[in-house]
Amino acid sequence: MSQHEWPLWEIFIRNKQGLDHKHAGSLHAADAQMAIENARDVYTRRMEGVSIWVVESKYIHASNPDESSSLYDPANDKAYRHPTFYNLPDELKHM
Amino acid sequence: MHNHDEEKIFQDKINEEIKIEPKDWMPEQYRKTLIRQISQHAHSEIVGMLPEANWITRAPSLRRKATLIAKVQDEAGHGLYLYSAAETLNITRDEMIDQLHAGKAKYSSIFNYPTLTWADMGAIGWLVDGAAIMNQVPLCRCSYGPYARAMIRICKEESFHQRQGFEILLTLCKGTHAQKQMAQDAINRWWWPSVMMFGPNDDASPHSKQSMAWKIKRFSNDELRQKFIDVCAEQVKILNLTLPDEKLKWNEERKHYDFGEINWEEFWNVVNGNGPCNKERLAARIKAHEDGAWVREAATAHAEKRKSRTQKAVA
Repeated sequence: MSQHEWPLWEIFIRNKQGLDHKHAGSLHAADAQMAIENARDVYTRRMEGVSIWVVESKYIHASNPDESSSLYDPANDKAYRHPTFYNLPDELKHM
Repeated sequence: MHNHDEEKIFQDKINEEIKIEPKDWMPEQYRKTLIRQISQHAHSEIVGMLPEANWITRAPSLRRKATLIAKVQDEAGHGLYLYSAAETLNITRDEMIDQLHAGKAKYSSIFNYPTLTWADMGAIGWLVDGAAIMNQVPLCRCSYGPYARAMIRICKEESFHQRQGFEILLTLCKGTHAQKQMAQDAINRWWWPSVMMFGPNDDASPHSKQSMAWKIKRFSNDELRQKFIDVCAEQVKILNLTLPDEKLKWNEERKHYDFGEINWEEFWNVVNGNGPCNKERLAARIKAHEDGAWVREAATAHAEKRKSRTQKAVA
């Protein structure tokens, strides 16, 4: 494999206070170890205590944003999934 | 016709401030313009490391050295974000680097000027980064998603760059007579080139109209340039120094600063390759790329070794 064939990796970072990994960007690297080290250099210059995930871009499958209305349609009309749908008296506490 | 519908959807998205993403249909010219603009922006970040790296070994204190290194390191990162954004439009890193080295792609002309004294670090941080920020903030809202997102990240990191520069100048201005003079001299050399960073006048800029219609460009060259001059004319007062423009004067009617004539001959000369450091900058980049080949080869060889070790262990 020459440098010209290094795969593209997507980088996800969770910082010390964070709850989840966020997509930070992408980079080319020869393998996962190198991708993690490069991600540390490029995307974590201002963070303490991070977790880095690297995934080869080809393994990411994404929904098509243009289809979003039909893909998510079943969820849109189910307001009963939200707490405000239910009418309860104010005297009721702790709920 | 198929293309006609797609063109309409594309322009509708632009009008509604919906981002265009890599897999969306886009006019071929939109793609070409963005590849050119984003790759040249990336090249500017990388070449831009050179004038400042020049002073790292001679920074006057450890704090100044550490902050200058951090700034230059950031510029490398910015170049990477932008190369990545350009690659989403279907051009490879190798192609872009070849274009730069062959002189086919440009980078911001400001980096073709030499850094002659330590005070230049201050002038660059204040004026050059200042002008860049003024250009970059509107780009955070550019229509192409990957470019806009890269710009948001860059702008967050850029804020310390300008403050670092101004602080350097302020410290010099509060120092000895020689230090004050050094600061004024640096400003005298960097002011007009910084003003030229905003490009030709609007009426001499043929691509601007299309870039505005496609919301790649959000403000005109002259608008941004005027804003920059207005802001700097006030900031320089805090330094107790002057900008090298006798015609710089507040115009109460316009509510802006009037300013002197830009030397467009110098501008085009430098853009076309005849600035003080054009050859030197390109030579430095080519040498760095060639001298670094062994690192790239070693990384590939190491990855292959690691892979075969893992396979042997599993077997």
